[in-house]
Amino acid sequence: MNTSNSQGKHMNTLSILAASVLVLGAAPTLAIAAGAQGQHVMEAAGAQPESGASPMKQAAAPAAMPMGAMDHGDMNMQGGSAPADARDPHAYSGGYTLDSGKYALAGPRQLRLADEHSFGTLLVDRLERVDTRDATSTAFDAQAWFGRDYDRLVVKAEGDYANGRLEEARTELLWGHAIASYWDAQLGLRYDTGEGPDRSWLAFGIQGLAPYWFELDATAYVGNEGRSALRVEAEYELPITQRLVLQPRGEINLYGKKDEANGMGSGLTDATFGLRLRYEVSRQFAPYIGVEWNNKFGQTADLARAEGASTRETRWVAGLRFWF
Amino acid sequence: MPARFSPIGTPVTLNRRRFVQGLAAGGVLAGLPGLLHAAADRAPSTVTGAAPVLRGTEIDLVVAESPVNFTGNPRMATTINGSIPAPTLRLREGDTVTIRVTNRLREATSIHWHGIILPYQMDGVPGISFAGIAPGETFTYRFKLEQTGTYWYHSHSGMQELTGMYGALIVEPREGEPVRADRDYVVQLSDWTDEAPMQVFAKLKTQSDYYNYNQPTVADFFRDASTDGLKSAIDKRKMWNEMRMSPTDLADLSGATLTFLMNGTTPAGNWTGLFRRGERVRLRFINGAGNSFYDVRIPGLKMTVIQSDGVDVEPVTVDEFRFGPGETYDVLVEPKDDAYTLFAQAMDRSGYARGTLAVQPGLTAPVPALDKVEWLTMADMMGAMGGMAGMDHSAMAGGMKDRNHTAMPMQHNMPGMNHGAMAMDHSQHAMAENPLDKASQTVRHARTEYGPSTDMRVDMPRTNLDDPGIGLRNNGRRVLTLADLSTVGGPIDPRGAEREIELHLTGNMERYAWSLDGLEFGQSTPVHLRYGERVRVILHNDTMMTHPMHLHGMWSELETADGAFQARRHTIPVQPAQRISFLVTADALGRWAWHCHLMFHMDAGMFRQVVVS
Repeated sequence: MNTSNSQGKHMNTLSILAASVLVLGAAPTLAIAAGAQGQHVMEAAGAQPESGASPMKQAAAPAAMPMGAMDHGDMNMQGGSAPADARDPHAYSGGYTLDSGKYALAGPRQLRLADEHSFGTLLVDRLERVDTRDATSTAFDAQAWFGRDYDRLVVKAEGDYANGRLEEARTELLWGHAIASYWDAQLGLRYDTGEGPDRSWLAFGIQGLAPYWFELDATAYVGNEGRSALRVEAEYELPITQRLVLQPRGEINLYGKKDEANGMGSGLTDATFGLRLRYEVSRQFAPYIGVEWNNKFGQTADLARAEGASTRETRWVAGLRFWF
Repeated sequence: MPARFSPIGTPVTLNRRRFVQGLAAGGVLAGLPGLLHAAADRAPSTVTGAAPVLRGTEIDLVVAESPVNFTGNPRMATTINGSIPAPTLRLREGDTVTIRVTNRLREATSIHWHGIILPYQMDGVPGISFAGIAPGETFTYRFKLEQTGTYWYHSHSGMQELTGMYGALIVEPREGEPVRADRDYVVQLSDWTDEAPMQVFAKLKTQSDYYNYNQPTVADFFRDASTDGLKSAIDKRKMWNEMRMSPTDLADLSGATLTFLMNGTTPAGNWTGLFRRGERVRLRFINGAGNSFYDVRIPGLKMTVIQSDGVDVEPVTVDEFRFGPGETYDVLVEPKDDAYTLFAQAMDRSGYARGTLAVQPGLTAPVPALDKVEWLTMADMMGAMGGMAGMDHSAMAGGMKDRNHTAMPMQHNMPGMNHGAMAMDHSQHAMAENPLDKASQTVRHARTEYGPSTDMRVDMPRTNLDDPGIGLRNNGRRVLTLADLSTVGGPIDPRGAEREIELHLTGNMERYAWSLDGLEFGQSTPVHLRYGERVRVILHNDTMMTHPMHLHGMWSELETADGAFQARRHTIPVQPAQRISFLVTADALGRWAWHCHLMFHMDAGMFRQVVVS
């Protein structure tokens, strides 16, 4: 039993890592593939596009097009990598730099535009009262960033309070680095606290905007004692009117190793899907109402049942979304 | 937010209406709260609506804070000699002028003489031409006016232009004005926000569609589906959504924060220019806005465009023209009725600036409704490819294709008519097949365009100049295009291009990052021009917005795709997915600025330094 269990754990850890790589890798690929000009060109030329352009098809597409026989082989409108003969953006500089060479003002460069300034935001995406059949609680989900366009410090915090106590909370401190038009890679630490024992993790993930405007946040975690986890969150903003916005939101969690003290089994632990309808009094301040369904799976569900808790939950929520 | 405003403003709530329309008396301080009263004691309130005129060769300008109230909320503006717009400088060709600018702000300032050819040290760009004007200091500008026409001046420091520092600069011909006009008015358009401009910028960095209240909605989708069918409604959205681009991304700022001003006057304030029946009126339109393109028309009146960017053009009569920040147009009108509305709607249709031409004060004419918001087309996204595709449902692409054909003969004829010999020379060069006779069609993206700083690239750009642009196509009015402009006297330099420089206008709307060749200013190196050379610049727009590109210190001589001279400009608007070219004679030693004149794009890094040596 023990042996097979530990083997199972290893298997799970491996599969989680494999799944992480798959998910983390999939999003940018998806982005690149869906943004492929090859596909668009074919549509534009009136030909029927085939579903799901793969990177391989991109490369083939221009050749199939008479117009693709122009001097530029690659026809991607978005993403992709620069061809070997891409133009050097410094080719016209003649060796001059912004602060050296003839006619340059003395001293260090004075003109610094906003691209060299830091900005920051705190977005409280959810601050809500949660009502289930059994209990009420308060949940929060916030993200802050500070820095420039392509490198920034990111803080994420999510958790809930019930009966005046912090039930569980996840806090992440990450360095975010832009890796593609719509994607940032994030690297840092995660710290879990709450009723169970605290856990700390190394975090690596990506966050960005997938084709069709899906906001995606996928992070893989490695903890001590061989723990691993994967968290994937997706949100969508559906404007009903210019101010009334429906926000579907989904989240799944996977753990590589059972963490009984925290009520987590290995494998897929839980999935959540919610709908929130908000009214933007301003872009920065929007009250909302919504409903959310949560389902626990596998060992996690077993642990919940053993505790006498339900494995399925319908949550009614009312809250505020705001940022500044 | 209401999509359109009727002249009587029925669908609009009172507050909102007052905000967009502004207060009738912009600069007058009525009922100011205590805090600003204190400030008002120190600084007299800003004069708006009628810029004082300064003449001569010795001029003193003082930059200071002064209170304004355009919306009902008192704010501090940065002003020149306490007025918005700043004084109109009427200078004389051939004169050497001395302009002393004193800074009474708590931060550094500067003044740039937009479109004026002068030594680089006098150009007024802090960090490039000089160190800027520190608080309490006076900087003396001195330069000789070698040109004539309508220009303007503005701060080149931070966002001071948006907070009030702009004025007209007219250089009168030494031999007297050749254009006969009974009245001569400067009509300076601008925009004002009650917010701190950098705060606006920060909001866009967090949410780039913050001010866009014309976004596609579910309600729009069902409306389209019921009128055009479900498939068509899905097709219309498919590519936009797939690419994460917004078809209504027409302006970064909108009436949601901006109040649109004409001569420093709100629409409610109604700036009025008087005339007597039968008179010929010259209107010098200057777009001094921070971030707004305007579509200008005078319902009931034809406008004859006689000058663009200060340079005389063959007269062309139109109903309407679009211009972006930095551009100027002089027009002649011959009003016959008692009153006409000067109507300048913002390109995104979120509001308008308005004034009146009338035979006596107090008269008004009907104010037209704002035009409907149009979605960008495939041609705006993909250039020539979009036009050829015929997949655009609005028949716009088809319309443009037709325009293209009709325009072609025009472009060939026009140079022949205006300056025959020169154009002939050109075509003979073409026969000798000098590869530099016309701009290269080969699209060469920079390697830095493949990263996070860009959200798209255009491989098949459109090169026609006869597109009035989104929202103006086939609107039933005769709208000016670049192809209509023909500078009197031909190019300033008969030489052809000796080499080509290709620069791509790039951005990432989601990140609100703007750049050239995918590189923001901070990471860029200067563009070096050899002193005396004649160089062709190709600007290739890889974004879905129109960028008014302003090269300091030297003229930009716009040409057609066939290499025929079109017009001499200081600011050239480049439309989405468009590739244009112009020739520059590098006759101005020094370091110069070159940037998009949408202030927020400039500040985001769509900016280059140019070295001529």
